[in-house]
Amino acid sequence: MAAPAPPAGTRGARRLSTGARQWLVYLVGFMPAIYTFILGVLNELGADPVKALEHALGLWALRFLILTLMITPLAEIAGIRLIAYRRALGLLAFWYACLHLAAYLILDQQLALAAITGDIVRRPYITVGMAAFALLVPLAVTSNNLSIRRLGRRWRQLHRLIYGAAALAAAHFIMVVKSWPPEPLVYGGIVFLLLAYRLVPQKVRRDIYHRLAGQQISTVTRSPGAES
Amino acid sequence: MIIRRPSDIPSSEITPRSVWLRRREFIAGAAALGLTGASSGSASAAPLKAALSPLSTDEKLTPLEDVTSYNNFYEFGTGKEDPAAYADRLKTRPWTISVEGLVAKPQEIGIDDLIKLAPLEERIYRMRCVEGWSMVIPWIGFPLKVLLDRVEPLGSAKFVAFESALRPDEMPGVSGFFKVLDWPYREGLRLDEAMHPLTILAVGLYGETLPNQNGAPVRLVVPWKYGFKGIKSIVRIRLVETQPETSWNQQNPSEYGFYSNVNPEVDHPRWSQATERRIGEGGLFGGGRRPTLMFNGYGDQVASLYAGMDLRANY
Repeated sequence: MAAPAPPAGTRGARRLSTGARQWLVYLVGFMPAIYTFILGVLNELGADPVKALEHALGLWALRFLILTLMITPLAEIAGIRLIAYRRALGLLAFWYACLHLAAYLILDQQLALAAITGDIVRRPYITVGMAAFALLVPLAVTSNNLSIRRLGRRWRQLHRLIYGAAALAAAHFIMVVKSWPPEPLVYGGIVFLLLAYRLVPQKVRRDIYHRLAGQQISTVTRSPGAES
Repeated sequence: MIIRRPSDIPSSEITPRSVWLRRREFIAGAAALGLTGASSGSASAAPLKAALSPLSTDEKLTPLEDVTSYNNFYEFGTGKEDPAAYADRLKTRPWTISVEGLVAKPQEIGIDDLIKLAPLEERIYRMRCVEGWSMVIPWIGFPLKVLLDRVEPLGSAKFVAFESALRPDEMPGVSGFFKVLDWPYREGLRLDEAMHPLTILAVGLYGETLPNQNGAPVRLVVPWKYGFKGIKSIVRIRLVETQPETSWNQQNPSEYGFYSNVNPEVDHPRWSQATERRIGEGGLFGGGRRPTLMFNGYGDQVASLYAGMDLRANY
């Protein structure tokens, strides 16, 4: 979870180390939560501030899941290598899911346990949302170098749970709205494409790019922390 | 008719009438300071005189700002803020309503004549949205019965079908790739529901003509039913013999019934209807839920309409 502290001042002030940039991702990543929360405290979130905060936190959780899932295609298709930031993005998704859940439990339901357990059991969209969150927990717990070393091959298998989490999160968004407004469908479509991408075996994907790009793209080297 | 007054609301919670009557000064002051983006969204808002109806609740009013900025009016987009942002494109003059079908005297009535049809009343009603939130809104209008009596429904008329305006040039939400509803928006009532004294045609709120985002120039308000039954910007009212098609019922018959009476015991298939959040109360930390009342608290007046009916089957 915690990136190692960057070596201090070895390369001059203008070039940030990867470690520093990872921290920057967290810092920027938490801005929407802080900003929305401040707006809420100032009563600037419109007529239903609880729902607005709840919705914003959930939407950012989904966005960070999508960003996390985009790292591999970006590397394979465009040669943009951002794997160093994937853990930060995945953990941001998890923390936003935590905040989203906390907003629902505390601000929305006011910790009315009977209503909450009833919701989880009877309301499919809440069941689905809870399932998505449950899948993110083991991923967050094992998002550190120690776990990667200890779990070995099983780490990569375990972290395939993100596919299920993303699918459930997108379904949760679509299920909560009336009719078919465009926004949840667009997010659902993006998640669908990112998951469908994984269905194509990696070797086949690489061959296709090579042919399309005239051998320009070099093979993407796989590090242990780089599950597709 | 006996109107039961809720006794559990401390008077400190009620906005004094004198205060809200002066709201224009506050709004004007705020506008002068650049604090508000023309909150009513209706440059043509004109004051309307109306006597306070005894059918009103004395609960605390939802602030005008919330009533006019948090709307479901999908013709202008599915976001709650979309109607306030785009509904000013709707031209509400000239405007005629056609009252037709199984009536002895079908008529086309211009909006300015419609407003003069009966003495205007202020009806402060609770409004419960099917999504689980509620408001208290001081509508201005008159009983729908006044209009229906004028056209003299025939004995064969059993239902009333309503239709909204459909103007793609003025309504950004009705065209586009994702069709959220089968336009024009349609609603319906049983004739006895339509004739009920609580059922009104609203032409204003908070002492002025209706802002466009709230359904200008004329909309239906049926306070014991979920808010979507209150069809906005009406152009056609048709008396018919059989139960008419209604938009949300067509969109998803298992979720939105023809009756759609507020009922805390019959849940929406995807969410509970047992509680609601009152908009404009409590902010971020005090926005607790309150229990939803059967028929939205109008059971004494309307429960008899449904005597012997299975409300679980006829949701």
